[in-house]
Amino acid sequence: MLDAGIFTQSFMIHAWIGGTIVAILSAFIGFFVVIRGSSFAAHALPQAGFAGGAGAVLLNINPLCGLAAFAVGGALLIGYLGDKERNDVITALTLVATLGAGALFLGLTNKYATGAYALLFGQIVGVSSDQVVATAFIGIVCLLCLAFLYRPLLLASVSREIAEARGVPVRLLEICFLVVVGLATAIIVPVVGALLCFSLLIGPNATSVYLTSSPGKAMALSLLISLVTVWISIVLAYISGWPIGFFVSMTGALLYACARAVHYFRVKNIRLKAGIIQC
Amino acid sequence: MISPVKVKKGDAILSIENIRVQFNQRCVLNDVNVQVFPGEFIGLIGPNGAGKSTLFKVILGLLSPIQGSVRVLGRAAKSGDRLIGYVPQKLFLDPNIPLRARDLVALGLDGHRWGIPLPSKVRKKRVDEMLKAVDAYRFADSPVGQLSGGEQQRLLIAQALLTDPQLLLLDEPLSNLDIKSAYEVVNLVSRIGREKGIAVILVAHDMNPLLSVMDRVLYLAEGKAVMGRVEDVFRNDVLSGLYGYPVEVLHVNGRIMVVGGNNSGINGYPLECNCCKSEAAT
Repeated sequence: MLDAGIFTQSFMIHAWIGGTIVAILSAFIGFFVVIRGSSFAAHALPQAGFAGGAGAVLLNINPLCGLAAFAVGGALLIGYLGDKERNDVITALTLVATLGAGALFLGLTNKYATGAYALLFGQIVGVSSDQVVATAFIGIVCLLCLAFLYRPLLLASVSREIAEARGVPVRLLEICFLVVVGLATAIIVPVVGALLCFSLLIGPNATSVYLTSSPGKAMALSLLISLVTVWISIVLAYISGWPIGFFVSMTGALLYACARAVHYFRVKNIRLKAGIIQC
Repeated sequence: MISPVKVKKGDAILSIENIRVQFNQRCVLNDVNVQVFPGEFIGLIGPNGAGKSTLFKVILGLLSPIQGSVRVLGRAAKSGDRLIGYVPQKLFLDPNIPLRARDLVALGLDGHRWGIPLPSKVRKKRVDEMLKAVDAYRFADSPVGQLSGGEQQRLLIAQALLTDPQLLLLDEPLSNLDIKSAYEVVNLVSRIGREKGIAVILVAHDMNPLLSVMDRVLYLAEGKAVMGRVEDVFRNDVLSGLYGYPVEVLHVNGRIMVVGGNNSGINGYPLECNCCKSEAAT
């Protein structure tokens, strides 16, 4: 049940800090994932990270190292080999190749149950203090990179041709962005899990675009939605003892449905006022 | 702030000499010569695959010719040159992308710079002015993804003008527009070009919407180019020489049509079938 321990126990303090950093980071990264339409890559990279994490469990090293190595490696692979047309194929191949490796690593290790479960579905109450420091550090690095890339990345997302004409190194920019997504994935996966990392990256931004059309407001709204989603999920996971990933994805889906409903009625209202719908 | 570049009268803004561009042994542009002067409106006309987009890439410094020279205001073409404004064919955007008209235009001002844009009054004023100049101020706060093709085209033109270019390149801006919007865009570009003394090169399939505004035409076909006044280029002998097979230039109610073949050849097959668009307008 809900008690003061949710804020005072050290593993819960770690959970709050880790969850909050992850929520902030995924809101900003998700903004670009959504406007660039790179959802598939954002789905593949956490799975690559999962394989790396599983490998690290097998070799008995820090899972974060394995996660980061594989997610960034996957990002480089997709970035270098994928071009405009064949991006999907390369992303899919990266996804299945790393998942296959993950399956092998899990098969070889005898810590199957706990290790795999935490990596796939998240284990926020298992965040150690070292991990909180590492999460904060990587989170800040990713946010700074994203701030640096912001304008050219927005321009290249809107029109690759204009960006090229303006002398923006578009391809390098795209690879850098994927690497940042990969790095971010490495800290998001331990918290919400590889399978559900995607819901935190996509959910808040997919929701906010139905409520505002200003990029600044959309990002602020995504940040709010992301934070609320994670905080609610931490509380519910603490009370119920169920996996946090379940609550993150359910809250995300629910908020998305609400935003769609608001959007639907707003558009209908505008049309009714304009007399477009004639009854 | 970008300092305006002084242009001496009579100096060419763009000077392309004897360029040759090749992709895997296939010659895309061969011995092309182009000179464009300040304030000129050039229609770049030609069938699909004639090398129009390639020529733009060369001017933008994104593609190097294997021979010949390309100079923009006397300097070798290089990518990212602020003296050139570029307008792509169209935007491929999700209708729900969180981007307003003014955000798109603002990217023209500093979208190539690293970092986050800081809100500033000067920046907003410049963007507002440009939105007014292209008659887009009334939908400044609308989501870009929900605007019409003609409205998006105005924004693309506005973003290209924000670096104070001397040369504006428009890559088929009319191809996705209805006839009325196409004429509006042509008149807008022509007016702004004349007011600011900007040279314009506009790529089009159909030369008819440009007939009243263009100073000269640059016709590309089979990798070769002819440049001159409309009446000097749209002639049977000139275009037949360019295509390397007989083509006929037809004048119909003040409009021009280029058709392939002569009476004995592939009879009356239109090379530029967009003409029916402008005929429907009357």
